[in-house]
Amino acid sequence: MSNAGECPSSLVMERVFPHSPEKLWRALTESPLLAQWMMNNDFEPVVGKKFQFRADPAPNWNGIVDCEVLVVEPMQRLSYNWGVGGSESGLQWKVEWTLTAANGGTHVRMEQSGFRPDQQQAYGGAKWGWQRFFGNLENVLGGVK
Amino acid sequence: MKPANPNSVFRALSDPTRRTIFEELTRQGEQTVHALTRYAGVSQPAVSKHLTILKRARLVRHRRVGRETHYRAQPEALAPMVDWLKLYGAFWRERFDRLEALLERMEP
Repeated sequence: MSNAGECPSSLVMERVFPHSPEKLWRALTESPLLAQWMMNNDFEPVVGKKFQFRADPAPNWNGIVDCEVLVVEPMQRLSYNWGVGGSESGLQWKVEWTLTAANGGTHVRMEQSGFRPDQQQAYGGAKWGWQRFFGNLENVLGGVK
Repeated sequence: MKPANPNSVFRALSDPTRRTIFEELTRQGEQTVHALTRYAGVSQPAVSKHLTILKRARLVRHRRVGRETHYRAQPEALAPMVDWLKLYGAFWRERFDRLEALLERMEP
């Protein structure tokens, strides 16, 4: 797994940019700017806002990501659901951005985690969940490449 | 064997009972539906239904011995999940690079 030290049920990417948190926040939350590096979108930084990212269709994917804004804490934290393949039968993740000022720049952390939130709750008290599943994935795979 | 659609693998494993069944099979090796039913704590028809979904995702295989059906795990069918982690890893790296380029272009 590529994300050493992290629970492998989530994917984490971090980078320090030599730019202010204010600038990062604009790039993350102003729709036309967001379109320049992520995908076309109708994003608005409003909790509860449903929006889409739209890319060119690919095999097994119609190019649409259905999202809903979950958290907006200016200059600090932004998160949204990330749904692929329709709300009923599709796959659902959460994407969370965390900004921290660092030496005149900004440390940016992106975490893509979880599956459907209802299932996250459902497995809370269950014998084991995704976390353990992914934790065991490498064992389970054994020599499989 | 042709790999299953990644979505069917994710969907098959999105259910806690199916994950329990699958892990039990990877840990204990081949098992009958009866044994799995005792372990999973749900009815036999429910277990059979779960096994059908796991089978469709190619996560398990079955063989008949007399009146019993034996199931075993096919852990290599998890490959789409591993691919997913690799794919999204590449996806976000590329986005971060594009973000960096955009920040350079933006007014301070």
